[in-house]
Amino acid sequence: MANASYPDDLLYHPEHDWARVDGEEATLGITWYAQDSLGEVVFFDPPKVGAQVSKDAAYTEVESVKAVSDVISPLSGEIVAVNETLGDSPETINDDPYGDGWLVRITVADPSEQEALLDAAAYEATLD
Amino acid sequence: MSAITPGADRDPADVVAAPFRADDAQTIFERSHPGRRAFVAPALDVPERPLDELLAPEMRRDRPPQLPEVSEPEIVRHYNRLSKRNFDLDTGFYPLGSCTMKHNPKLHERVAALPGHAKLHPLQRPEHAQGALELMWRLQEALGEIAGLPAVSLQPSAGSHGELAGVLLTRAYHEDLGRCPSKVLTPDTAHGTNPATVTMAGYEVVKVGTDEHGNVDLDDLRAKASDDIACLMLTNPSTLGLFEPNISEIAAIVHDVGATLYYDGANLNAIMGICRPGDMGFDIVHFNLHKSFTQPHGGGGPGAGPIAVSARIEPFLPRPVVVRRSAGGDGHRGDGAGTVFDLDVDRPKSIGRLRGFHGNYGVFVRSYAYIRSLGATGLRDVSETAVLNANYLLARLREADAAKYLPVAYDRLCMHEFVLSGAPMKRELKIRTLDLAKRLLDCGVHPPTVYFPLLVDEALLLEPTETETKETLDRFAEIVAALLREAAEDPEVARRAPYSTPVRRLDEAAAARRPVLRQAL
Amino acid sequence: MTRYTAATDADREAMLGAIGVASIEDLFADIPSELRLDGPLALDRERSEQEVCAELRALAARNASTEDELSFLGGGMYDHYVPALIDSILQRSEFLTPYTPYQPEVSQGGLQAMFEYQTAICELTGLPVSNASVYEGPSAVAAAGYVARHDNRRRRFVVSRGVHPHARETLRTHAHAWGMEVVEAPIHEGRTALPELDEDCSAVIVAQPNFLGAVEDLAALARAAHEVGALCIAACDPLPLALLRTPGECGVDIAVGEGQTLSNRLDFGGPSFGFFSTTEALVRRIPGRIAGETRDLEGRRGFVLTLQTREQHIRRERATSNICTSQALNALAGVIYLSWLGRRGITELVELMVQRTAYARERLEAIDGITAVHREPVVREFAVALQCSAERVIARCQAMGVNPGYPLGADYPEHPDALLVAITEQRSRADIDRLVEVLGDAVAGELRASAARVGV
Repeated sequence: MANASYPDDLLYHPEHDWARVDGEEATLGITWYAQDSLGEVVFFDPPKVGAQVSKDAAYTEVESVKAVSDVISPLSGEIVAVNETLGDSPETINDDPYGDGWLVRITVADPSEQEALLDAAAYEATLD
Repeated sequence: MSAITPGADRDPADVVAAPFRADDAQTIFERSHPGRRAFVAPALDVPERPLDELLAPEMRRDRPPQLPEVSEPEIVRHYNRLSKRNFDLDTGFYPLGSCTMKHNPKLHERVAALPGHAKLHPLQRPEHAQGALELMWRLQEALGEIAGLPAVSLQPSAGSHGELAGVLLTRAYHEDLGRCPSKVLTPDTAHGTNPATVTMAGYEVVKVGTDEHGNVDLDDLRAKASDDIACLMLTNPSTLGLFEPNISEIAAIVHDVGATLYYDGANLNAIMGICRPGDMGFDIVHFNLHKSFTQPHGGGGPGAGPIAVSARIEPFLPRPVVVRRSAGGDGHRGDGAGTVFDLDVDRPKSIGRLRGFHGNYGVFVRSYAYIRSLGATGLRDVSETAVLNANYLLARLREADAAKYLPVAYDRLCMHEFVLSGAPMKRELKIRTLDLAKRLLDCGVHPPTVYFPLLVDEALLLEPTETETKETLDRFAEIVAALLREAAEDPEVARRAPYSTPVRRLDEAAAARRPVLRQAL
Repeated sequence: MTRYTAATDADREAMLGAIGVASIEDLFADIPSELRLDGPLALDRERSEQEVCAELRALAARNASTEDELSFLGGGMYDHYVPALIDSILQRSEFLTPYTPYQPEVSQGGLQAMFEYQTAICELTGLPVSNASVYEGPSAVAAAGYVARHDNRRRRFVVSRGVHPHARETLRTHAHAWGMEVVEAPIHEGRTALPELDEDCSAVIVAQPNFLGAVEDLAALARAAHEVGALCIAACDPLPLALLRTPGECGVDIAVGEGQTLSNRLDFGGPSFGFFSTTEALVRRIPGRIAGETRDLEGRRGFVLTLQTREQHIRRERATSNICTSQALNALAGVIYLSWLGRRGITELVELMVQRTAYARERLEAIDGITAVHREPVVREFAVALQCSAERVIARCQAMGVNPGYPLGADYPEHPDALLVAITEQRSRADIDRLVEVLGDAVAGELRASAARVGV
């Protein structure tokens, strides 16, 4: 994805992570800004299904050639799926950060946590 | 004859189907041809026994390692050709900051190769290794004098190994006092080895900030200094190439909470014979013999990382320590003056060994020769000239365009190296520090260290060293200015550089995504 | 001005003028005056090249090298023949004088050599991944222990007493800081006898061959480690691996070792290099540099340092190791040597050592007053027990120009007067016969002398 984009249907965490909430589950990933700052992503360390994630805490790492970045969870819950295709093609995180480049899916433990997250406009404003 | 004369616009090699090209990256394994050999074994001169009797078949591997089968001329040609795909210090300017790429005297290779040094077995008994032990003892004495500290261990294998030794010594020191602090302070400008070392030594890293002048932020240091701090690791001059003027106060703050003060010796080349870490209050110092004391770098080692320590740390030094004793009249081949040199292993408080044997002795020989060659006045001259060269190069780079696009990160006199920021260049000329570095490769110069220290945006860290001439520094400044002009006209040139190197920009992302770490055979 | 610097008085004047200061002193204004030395360092005067050369020669002359005596010393470093092409290639400035290959476009020679080296090490160890070198053998054992610690967070290393004493001590130095304990497994009749293992065991660490020369049953040791979920680390001598079942085949997780035997000088113990090879599963925990293959933007093959996010300059306090400068030139000697030996040559060389070592062992064990320490198969080194003081026997032999080996007593109190004898390809049958004669005389002489002392 060549140009910055922040879809309106997502919730954003100021540490450059997004959540797509779908009922009792949410899909998590990193924002366009995060992947652009990292540069070409070369490795995604897949967490284990069943692991607990906590809002504002790191749950995995993504790596570019010369940087490592913690990935912060915007919401708390339990990991129910991991994007296995990133093992072979981590560059998908660069190419499609909001689509095929998703990282994990979690159960949402506390829906009220969503209130603290940002909408696209508010998140974009933090980038200036 | 005329049939194979190439046209004026053609590369002569183009007319040949498969020319020998410098860009041919064939490996030694790909040169292998069954049946060829370079090695002929000495004749079997003992009664031969069936191998199965000596090593049962189930102990042996099924097939031999698939090593190349090549003749000696092929090996020589292969590695000679490979060598030509390297840039090296003996060929050109190498201002790689923090690495002190100074000339490697040729004498050192000659003396290190003398059989009495090179063919001395490490388990030779001390009475038959008096020359080696005396050399080590004398090097210890010299390094202690240069550091201003009373005791030295030569054992660590490189700077980072010396750091590990230093933090392990710190741990032993605290434990001996019945203390167990859990944290070590490192400035945010530190070499990556410092925080990595802290973790390896079982401590937690706490970062200390840098103030607007490039010095340690004293308020931050005071706030973080507590009795849970084991040590502060500091480089002085710092990785910004700046001498820390508040060093005495820093030492007082650190010592007040009972912590040790550790000196990362990567930048010792700035201060030899001018001032000493021991006098500044440092308890532990590591030396990079491959930097300040000119061991050739070998494309990534070997080096050596001896440490010098204060009296309170001395009991914990790694074993063994080289000592001088008075001769006991037992026939030892001493120095003829009634003294013998020995390895002292009886050190009950020692942290123990950090490696096998006595350290990188071959490196000691070279560094000892260097110190003997220069003496007290020469070493001081080295540091003076290193600082002069750095400040001169900085002055030249402050002229005209360079100052506009590559401003110095901290506008003051530097020591032996200095940091420029490529941020304005990136903003105005649309080329990054990396692009400038790659374009320098086309100019026959090794680029400076880039993107370090992390504190400076688009950083370039330049260390010219004392062995470069004024003409080289002038030429380098002119090249940088010319490249900035070129970028102003067409940034694409730098963005796609280099052009003249054996290969052009390499796909590092592909290498990391799907690592190919060995040849498939 | 020294002979390695070039700033003349005229240069200095011009340069100071350009900087805008009056004197060299002014450049050091940031250094508080009370910290400046007010006189020269207490070092000697500057010396000519010729004087320094003479001094270093004189020091060398006071060492008894392997050229000065017939040496059977081993114990971790060995007097192998170093082919002439090693010196010739290593002295090329393009290999000798560059820094670590941070700019791959002008470092293809070094990077490709690392890639070739990694391939050769993988062939020797039978493991799929190798780094580009670590410092040396014993610290490589500690480095492997650090990987195990991070891999399973357990609290104990079980290390065989067959592992080099320096490696065991180095491991202990590190383990203390990691809050881990080190338990030693005894040697029984030459081989490691593992204690009962439990799930506190992080790694089982063994040597191949072990310090007493014996070939270990690596597969059994690796199995025992895996049964409790521990890693198996083997400290291997690379040349014997040409003949022995590989660590990879035996299920070893990390094979490390001392590379000196691959055409590095003895150098009184260093510099040499350590090798580090492991499984795919542990690739992201490896310490140090790794070269990988890739393409340039024109599609040409090239090599780069890769998986760098493991390393200290990027991951800092979370790095897999703090190692930076390693032993690239020494590892280069290693891969050139392995190419020189070649696929058949390395086997022939090791088989020759096995034959000569067997001959030497048989001859020595036949001497009155000398017995075997164990009967396990060996490759190039074995231990024998003397029925008299090993120290005094060695002194007698050295007086005859023969260094008969390394006394084991200090490291192995259970073998107080044992001798470790190494037979490299440089020791011919005539040399071995000379050892038999001199050592035999020394033992006989010592037995007579001690009999006289006790008045028998």
